[in-house]
Amino acid sequence: MGVLLRMDALTTLSYEEAFEKLEQAVVALQDGRLDLDHALKHYEEGMKLAQYCHDLLQRAELRVQQLRVTDNGDLESEPLDLT
Amino acid sequence: MLYNELEPAADWSVAQVARYLKELLETDEELRDIRVRGEISGCKTYASGHCYFTLKDAEAQLPCVFFKHARRLSAAPDLRDGMAVVASGRFSFYERDGKLQLYVEQVEALGEGALATRFEQLKKRLQAEGLFDVERKRALPLAPMVVGIVTSLQAAALRDMLRVLRTRYPLTRVVIAPSLVQGSEAPAALAQALDLLNEHGEAEVIIVARGGGSIEELWAFNEEIVARAIARSRIPVISGVGHETDFTISDFVADQRASTPTAAATAAVPNIVDYQAATLGYQRELGILIEDYLLRSREDLESAERQLERESPRSQLERMQQELDGTSETLQVEMQHRLALQNERLKGAAMSLHALSPLLTIARGFSVVRRAADQRIVSSTTQVQTGDELAIQVTDGQIVARVTTH
Repeated sequence: MGVLLRMDALTTLSYEEAFEKLEQAVVALQDGRLDLDHALKHYEEGMKLAQYCHDLLQRAELRVQQLRVTDNGDLESEPLDLT
Repeated sequence: MLYNELEPAADWSVAQVARYLKELLETDEELRDIRVRGEISGCKTYASGHCYFTLKDAEAQLPCVFFKHARRLSAAPDLRDGMAVVASGRFSFYERDGKLQLYVEQVEALGEGALATRFEQLKKRLQAEGLFDVERKRALPLAPMVVGIVTSLQAAALRDMLRVLRTRYPLTRVVIAPSLVQGSEAPAALAQALDLLNEHGEAEVIIVARGGGSIEELWAFNEEIVARAIARSRIPVISGVGHETDFTISDFVADQRASTPTAAATAAVPNIVDYQAATLGYQRELGILIEDYLLRSREDLESAERQLERESPRSQLERMQQELDGTSETLQVEMQHRLALQNERLKGAAMSLHALSPLLTIARGFSVVRRAADQRIVSSTTQVQTGDELAIQVTDGQIVARVTTH
């Protein structure tokens, strides 16, 4: 039952993490011996995760940065300027 | 210098002149580090491994010696008569033979085959070191959160790659280490950019890329310094240089070769379309699975309800009622049955009785004799005296009589 998470923890997940948890929810639900209460919990959580994945993809924008060496030798990345 | 020690116009020994010439040649600015272009002729390699040849052009020729150790160090191609080369080294005078010689350090082939030869040389050498081995190649991460790119900021290749990444996998972050991608300074720049990304450390995969061009334009990616930088990269490297048919040394060393920069970007990340399809698939499956559960729950519920119905007081009552009805009906039937039986028996008895009835006997001619005085039935002579009155019952009445004799 370790898949169940608090819903406010959802937004801290990366896409890959959310997708993996969605897979786990499906696997958990495939076990036919759960009681209805737990089955429903996995179902609800799975659907929330799936929606979250969809939303993330909708909003995703490719971030592009450029590496440079500062005067004192540090590495830093800054948004790319393609002019 | 030696010649200063001599008196002018004195006779020189041969050895002295020879030594003089040697010194002259070895100290001359030009001759002690020189590159000479010419054609090889009379090339001969001895068992010792040393190679002797003449370098010539239309007007002159120079004797050359290419010692074994120098040959090995240089990884020079095999020398053949007629080859156009640039031989580099230093001049000296071999006193024993009285010969001026170019002591060759390096030979580079010239002409169309020149670059190809250099390519083959380096390829052979690095291959021998194991840099191209399949075992060395690392697997690429399936879904990298950070993608590093080494390329020119001005190149169209960069825009193409960003477009592919944006379309396929916008969830990732791109970190670019800009570099020259052609020209004599490019190899060092490329190597440095690779090292920089490794030092930064966030990229999970690095793409080294350059758009298409001539073999000279792509040449930087065939340089050893770049190959070594790729080899030592801790982060897996995808090489995407030129067009489909261009193969560079970088391609061989990299963990994966892509035919173009666009192909490299495609190889670096998954396609979100696949993820979306998978997510939808999982949603569907969740729906199906929960339906199953609900269906089963409903069935269990109905079964329990039915059970409950069976056990309930009302249904018990109804059951008893029904039993009662059934019993009472049975009772009635039984009663009637018994009554009928009784009737039959009664009739039977009556008939038997009737058969035994004295009336019937009397009808047959027998009579019942009684003493008139006390109506006692006379069945013996001793019960009467002469003169007693007797009543004789016959079928249709009584006859009074007196005993005369008994």
